Amino acid sequence: MKKAIVSLVILGAFVIYSIIHAHSGLVAVAPTPPGGSRPSSSAATSPTETPGVTVTPSATQTPGSAYKDGSYTGSVADAQWGVVQVKAIITNGKITDVQFLQYPNDRNRSIEINSMADPQLTSEAIQAQSANVDIVAGATDSSDAFMQSLTDALSQARA
Amino acid sequence: MKQLQLLMGMPITVEVVDPGVTEADIEKVFAYFRSVDDTFSTYKEHSEIAKINRGELGEEAYSDEMKTILAVSEQTRQETRGYFDIQHNGILDPSGIVKGWAILQAAHLLKEAGLTNFYIDAGGDIQVAGNKDGEPWRIGIRNPFNRKEIVKVLVVTDKGVATSGTAIRGQHIYDPHHPDTPLQDVVSLTVIGPNVYEADRFATAAFAMGKRGIFFIQQLPGFEGYMIDASARATFTSGFERYVLQHDNTR
Repeated sequence: MKKAIVSLVILGAFVIYSIIHAHSGLVAVAPTPPGGSRPSSSAATSPTETPGVTVTPSATQTPGSAYKDGSYTGSVADAQWGVVQVKAIITNGKITDVQFLQYPNDRNRSIEINSMADPQLTSEAIQAQSANVDIVAGATDSSDAFMQSLTDALSQARA
Repeated sequence: MKQLQLLMGMPITVEVVDPGVTEADIEKVFAYFRSVDDTFSTYKEHSEIAKINRGELGEEAYSDEMKTILAVSEQTRQETRGYFDIQHNGILDPSGIVKGWAILQAAHLLKEAGLTNFYIDAGGDIQVAGNKDGEPWRIGIRNPFNRKEIVKVLVVTDKGVATSGTAIRGQHIYDPHHPDTPLQDVVSLTVIGPNVYEADRFATAAFAMGKRGIFFIQQLPGFEGYMIDASARATFTSGFERYVLQHDNTR
């Protein structure tokens, strides 16, 4: 029963994600609305809007009901400007990594710009680096497509 | 020990490399993020911020955490000439400041537990402490045009790194002084600061300034920035290269 409630609650979260995404242009100076999670009212009324969503994102905190070890490839999800597909790695019943298998690449836009006039600032073309890193910095990983693919991967891990 | 959970609508990763770390230490961090979400999520009907926005809570009833966040939001608004503003159409949405602040508080929790070598990464904004294997942590700046690529490798210890950008969610930051004009020039702006709270709030405000944002970071003592524009060119502040990996001895 507890699981069912948690699932419903999470379903609501994904409904909210889509709402956040749809209105993302209106959010005032907010790179990462920390909400979007578990609004129980919408979970109870609109579970059918997110078929196939069965993951409980916080399941990792519950030993015994966690995921099965392995790597799970999520569905290919449409991100409007391309597709997103992720792979979730589960070790000792916990999510240890999320890798991107597919991600939109829109670099081929080329816009001429004026060089910056401030002598203190330096400008360069960005270039791919090969060194190993511990952490990756970037804008928030919370698009609908990302959550959709990851949710699919995690539902396989629980099967 | 490394763990990842999806909270506050994003993946949050905690890695602690001190030998004495326990599962309970890390769970305490995740529990803290859950409590922050319960208070500040504008999408939760019963959160304190939702009650405030519905006019159900008088100022005298605000929690201490809420008072703190509102105070630092106002401070940031003044420091950024209004470019950072949590109020929009009469509704308060402090999410632009809560994340960095919460990551920093979570890092304090780990330090209180005697842990000194760790990082906390919440949706790409990062607080690092100490070292890994005796070397500073290595943070890659993601290519906003190609998620599998890293375009810069930073070596940092006891710093915060935050990125504002349009890359993954689409456009979600606007210029409060010209709300109808989309920000198109700058694709991502990564800021290194004394901690992730400081880096995050100034990255957010500077991003809203468009191409002038990197100049704003340049004149902030103790901050460096790396701005990537729509033509895939980067512009960086005068002290930025101090944090860039120079020789890769591929550990």
